[in-house]
Amino acid sequence: MTIQTMLALLAQSFTLTLAIFCLTLLGSLPLGLLVYFGKKSRFAPLRWLINMYISIMRGTPLMLQLMVVYYGPNLLLGITLPGNWRFTAVLVAFIINYAAYFAEIYRGGIESIPAGQYEAAAVLGYGSGKTFFRIILPQMVKRVVPPVTNEVITLVKDTSLASVIGIMEMFTRAKQIAVAPHSPGMLAFASAAVFYYVFNYLVAFLMSRLEKALDYYR
Amino acid sequence: MNILSMQNIRKSFADNEILKGISLSVDSGEVVSIIGPSGSGKSTLLRCATFLEMIDSGEICYMGKCAARTEAGGKAVYVPPRQLRAFRSCCGLVFQQFNLFPHYSVLKNLTDAPVQVLGCSREEAEARAMELLGKMGIADKAASYPCQLSGGQQQRVAIARALAMKPEILFFDEPTSALDPELTGEVLKVIRQLAEEKMTMVVVTHEMPFARAVSNRVIFMADGGIVEQGDPLAVFDDPQEERTRQFLRVFDR
Repeated sequence: MTIQTMLALLAQSFTLTLAIFCLTLLGSLPLGLLVYFGKKSRFAPLRWLINMYISIMRGTPLMLQLMVVYYGPNLLLGITLPGNWRFTAVLVAFIINYAAYFAEIYRGGIESIPAGQYEAAAVLGYGSGKTFFRIILPQMVKRVVPPVTNEVITLVKDTSLASVIGIMEMFTRAKQIAVAPHSPGMLAFASAAVFYYVFNYLVAFLMSRLEKALDYYR
Repeated sequence: MNILSMQNIRKSFADNEILKGISLSVDSGEVVSIIGPSGSGKSTLLRCATFLEMIDSGEICYMGKCAARTEAGGKAVYVPPRQLRAFRSCCGLVFQQFNLFPHYSVLKNLTDAPVQVLGCSREEAEARAMELLGKMGIADKAASYPCQLSGGQQQRVAIARALAMKPEILFFDEPTSALDPELTGEVLKVIRQLAEEKMTMVVVTHEMPFARAVSNRVIFMADGGIVEQGDPLAVFDDPQEERTRQFLRVFDR
């Protein structure tokens, strides 16, 4: 196998890595906010449920969660799943896992906002919805950019875990190339590492731009 | 005309009774200063008047309409939340720590609530905001963000923000306690100017010369109650109560 062929194969599978990455963020960033609301709900059973969910998501390996989501419905419930279930299972597992982390990050950001902000809003007559969306949420976003950046960078690397259920993202492809006849061997892994690194470099750069863009106030 | 009437207000936090049956009545155009040692319940009184804290018992009425009154059980009952909002919008509060919205420009700090809460048009709210900023001497700061301003400027923005809601009465909770003497002066000047325009105000302060010169009435509070009140000259120059004399002696040094 030539190096060109190898790189072409890796680049092609990288589009799937990218799709997992983007769709996970698209789903988990807003879902994290809903989970936070659930954790703060006045309805106690919902709070317990959310706390248990966060605890399990953070307390067990993502790789195991991927396997449960993928094999679980069939093994536990006997449901026959459609052929494209593999990709859906990856997204479901990643989104619910990352949403749990984001919910906790949002909670930290929201709880760090001084009580005076709520009081000023209350005295000016803002209702609780307007207080949250106009006063608290924008300030929370600024505060959570650094920890969210951490999670986003971790996600880039975590996409490789999807290989455990055999989806053809870049890491699965790299493993496949490495054991193929006449393969470039370790070079496949080294090349995949470069892909991850460069992509993360870009992610870190964009997040630091976002941080700077929010720097117009303290 | 009576603007605010608070009767027999009691308020406890856990087992600690902060307000012990205090009454306060303020008429239109009156400037009332509240002085007293820390922990005497001054701030709690303002927070109850502006509905940031809920009273345990007593009665709070604005312009003859009651927002809270004690019913047969001895507990204060408030009007439903929607009606309470109407009461909220007739009083303004200026905080010791300003509490401006840091993510909004000065102009937006002044216009957001009138637009979002009162339903004013943007143009109307901005015109009023610019007029108020002009009055506060900071019209050139409209596009700035709070973090770019000095403490004195921030507090003047906070006063303008409260005034933008056209309150019937404005409360100040130690408005200059977070400021150095130079900046204190510029904030007091603005409050004095409002007093001359007959804005109804209740000011919790440690600035005795200011309380003496600007207010129509001084209230000395200690231990959750009013010890003495009256004309500022009478209270400051000839206090009747030993507790008042003891407190004022500290400021004579």
